[in-house]
Amino acid sequence: MDLSFHIQGGDFTSAGTASSQVRRTLKELGVDAAVIKRVVVALYEAEVNIVAHAYKGIITAEISPERVFLQLVDEGPGITDIEKAMTPGFSTASQEVREMGFGAGMGLPNICRNADVFNIHSVPGKGTTVEITIQIK
Amino acid sequence: MTVKEMAAALQLRVLAGEEGLEKQIAGGYTSDLLSDVMGYADAGMVWITLQTHKNIIAIASLKELSAVVLVKGFEPDADTVALAIQEQITLLGTTEQAFEFSGRLYRLLYP
Repeated sequence: MDLSFHIQGGDFTSAGTASSQVRRTLKELGVDAAVIKRVVVALYEAEVNIVAHAYKGIITAEISPERVFLQLVDEGPGITDIEKAMTPGFSTASQEVREMGFGAGMGLPNICRNADVFNIHSVPGKGTTVEITIQIK
Repeated sequence: MTVKEMAAALQLRVLAGEEGLEKQIAGGYTSDLLSDVMGYADAGMVWITLQTHKNIIAIASLKELSAVVLVKGFEPDADTVALAIQEQITLLGTTEQAFEFSGRLYRLLYP
């Protein structure tokens, strides 16, 4: 099963919509609760990253009996130093975003901890692609 | 212990989502960083925070938390209340600050 979502940068009121929909679908499919929890954390963080940093993005979720594959492609400023971005506590989020409790530099580490496979590819000035695989079996 | 019993014992104001009052409490988590809660809180916990925007309800729902307690007398945003009702997440309020309230909840849950 494939799901897809359009995400608008800066739209914090809708942040989490894709994660919520994917969670509901996984529950309906009877996927193990522990797997759903990991998908939710990883996808929510990646979704919020688009909202907080990019202009817009597309999320696709491919759900098969073996795995959940999430791909998040955004158009945005990109990441110049991915290693630095992966460092817990490092963030380039604006002051406004930080005051909401986002931008604590925990997003990418949270994705990393919950994914079985995590790929991130970025072109500065163009955008970022994140791919997350979580095994069901 | 249910959310309702906690609310009565700690004199909390019910701000929204009364449908969730019968949920069982499995512990507490105090944090104002959303990714901290996202990454480390567990299902059934009560989330104690000073954040008042609607993303707290989205997170509480995604993480299956039992309730959210706003500290220091902070009022939730109007769309936070609306989402709490929709998601059946009980939103509670205390005039105490996070440290004091967390301490009282801890003593209540683990006497």
